[in-house]
Amino acid sequence: MQPLSPAEIEAVVLTFKVGGLALLVALPLAIFAAYALARWRFPGHAFFDAMIHMPLVLPPVVTGYVLLILFGRHGPIGGFLYDYLGITLAFRWTGAALAAGVMAFPLMVRPIRLAIEAVDPKLEQAAETLGAGRIVTFFIVTLPLALPGIIAAALMGFAKAMGEFGATITFVSNIPGETRTLSLALYTFTQSPDGDVAALRLAITAAIIAFGAVFASEFVSRRLARRLGGG
Amino acid sequence: MLSVDIEAKLGTFHLSATFESSAGVTALFGRSGAGKTSVVHMIAGLSRPMRGRIAVDDMVLYDSDRKIDLSPRQRRIGHVFQEARLFPHLTVRRNLTFSHWAGGRTASMPFDEVVELLGIGKLLDRRPAKLSGGERQRVAIGRALLSGPRILLMDEPLASLDQARKSEILPYLDRLRREAAIPIVYVSHSLEEVARLAETLVIISDGKVEAVGPVGEVMTRLDLGPATGRQQAGAVLDGRISSYDEEWDLTHIDVEGQMIEVPAVRAEIGEEVRLHLRARDIALALEVPGGLSIRNALPVTVLEITHERGPYAEVVCALGAQRLRARITRASLVALGLKPGQPVFALVKSVAVDRPLASLDVERDNDGFMSR
Repeated sequence: MQPLSPAEIEAVVLTFKVGGLALLVALPLAIFAAYALARWRFPGHAFFDAMIHMPLVLPPVVTGYVLLILFGRHGPIGGFLYDYLGITLAFRWTGAALAAGVMAFPLMVRPIRLAIEAVDPKLEQAAETLGAGRIVTFFIVTLPLALPGIIAAALMGFAKAMGEFGATITFVSNIPGETRTLSLALYTFTQSPDGDVAALRLAITAAIIAFGAVFASEFVSRRLARRLGGG
Repeated sequence: MLSVDIEAKLGTFHLSATFESSAGVTALFGRSGAGKTSVVHMIAGLSRPMRGRIAVDDMVLYDSDRKIDLSPRQRRIGHVFQEARLFPHLTVRRNLTFSHWAGGRTASMPFDEVVELLGIGKLLDRRPAKLSGGERQRVAIGRALLSGPRILLMDEPLASLDQARKSEILPYLDRLRREAAIPIVYVSHSLEEVARLAETLVIISDGKVEAVGPVGEVMTRLDLGPATGRQQAGAVLDGRISSYDEEWDLTHIDVEGQMIEVPAVRAEIGEEVRLHLRARDIALALEVPGGLSIRNALPVTVLEITHERGPYAEVVCALGAQRLRARITRASLVALGLKPGQPVFALVKSVAVDRPLASLDVERDNDGFMSR
C-alpha cells in the first residue's frame, strides 16, 4: 500500500489542528463546569447539568444546525463576532473546532466531575486552615488529585473531535483543506468510485492515532496513580 | 489565651460551651458525640455557632453581636485532624511547608526544630502513602505547627491509631507541650491521654460543659463520675523524682513531701513527673497495716464522700494541696466509719508514671506510658 497522499495528509493534520484547538478551549471550561457541578449547590443546578448534556443526547445534526443558527454570519453570536472582532466561524476550520468542542464537552465534564467528587473535601478544608485560598487550593490540591480523571477526559474529548461528523458537516460543510477532517475525508473517499484504497489507508491511520492516544493516556494515568500510591 | 462562649444548634442537639484556657494544654474531654469536635470546628471557623464569642488573646475570631466571623484562613489556628489529612500528591517536606508556599504564612518555629521535635527527619522525601499511621499524624502535627498558629487544635489525633501507634506518638505530644510555647486545645475521649497531657480539663457531656478546672481537681470531682467513666477515673498527682533504689530497682517520687515508690523509671533525679492513680487501685486504711504487699501508704485527709447506688462509694482525699480519689465498697465505708475531715491512709496498689521527657529516646521503641 502506498503512503498517504497529500490530500490525506492534509486531512490528518487538520484533524489534529481541530482536535487540539477544541481541547484547548473546551477542557478548561469543562473543568470549571465539572467543579461547579461537583462542589457547588446553586439554583438551577439540575438545569445546568441537563444543558451540558444536551449535545450528547441530541442528534449531532441538530447541534450543528443550532450552531449554524447561532454562529452563522447573521446569527446572534456569529454576527457579533464578525461585526466587532472580524471573526468568522461558519465554514472555517475554527468552526470545525467549535463543533468538535461542543460535542466533546459533555463527554469531558462527566469523568472530570467524578474525579473531582473523589477528591476528599476534607483535604481542601485542611488547606484552608493552613492559609491557602479557594483558588490556590483548587490549583494545588484539587486539580492535581483529579488529574488522572482529567487526562481520561482529554482523551475522550480528542477522540470525539477526531470522530465528529454530523455537527461538523452541518455547521462548516466539507471543504478540502479547511473543514475536511479525517472522518469527513474518509466519508468523501467512500463516496467516490476509486476511493476504496484511500479510505482504507485513512481508516488504518485513524486506528493508529486512536491506539496511540489511549496508550499515552493510560501511561500517564498509571504514573500519576503510582505517585499517589506512594513512591 | 483562648476564650470560648458559644451556643449552637446541631440538628436536634443543643450545644453550649463556655470556657477559657490559658497557656499549656487544655483538654476537651467527653464521650463520642458529646459535641467536642463541633466546638473545635467552631473555634477553627469550619462551622458557625448560632451565637456567642470566640477570641484568642485580644483577637476576636467570632462575635455574633459585633458581626465578626473570620474565615479559617484569617484565624491562624493550627488544626490537627483525627485523620492526618496530608496531601497525598506532595512529599512530607512539601506538606510540612504547605502553609508557607501555598498560604503565604511564616512559621514561628524553625523548620529543623519542628522536624527534630517530632522525629520526622528521615521521612522528608517520602509521600504520605508510604508512612505509617503514627508517622502521618506526626507530620500533620508538624504541618500545623509550621503554619505560625496562635493556638493549636488537636482533634483526637490518636483516636484512629492502634495502641502501639498511640504509645509511639504520646511521648512526642508530651515533648510538644513542654517545648512549643503555644496553647494547645486537645480533644479526647481517652482519660489516659488527658491525664498525661492536660493542665486544664474541660468536661463536655451532651453538648454542655460539665466542669472546667485544673486537671488534678476536676478529675477527682465526685459528681463527674458518669462523664469521666468508671474504669479509668482517678486522679493525677504531680511529683518529683527523689531517688533511685538500685538494689530493688525502684524509684522514689516525692509528692507533697510524701514518698511514693514505683518500679524504676528512667529519669533524672529532680525531674518533674505526673502520676496517674486510678480510683479502683486505691484502698483506704485507718492505720498503716502490716503484713501487706502494698508498700505505698500515704497519710491523707478525707474531703468528700459519695454514697452511690450499688456496692461502691467514692472518697476524695487531700494529700497536701493535691487530691486523690479512692473507690471502696459502701460496706467498708460504714465499717471504717469514714467522715470528711478524718485522717486516713491511702494504700496505692498501682501507679502509672508519665515518662519524663529528658529520657525520651527517639530511636528506641518506647511504650512511653508505664503502668503496672
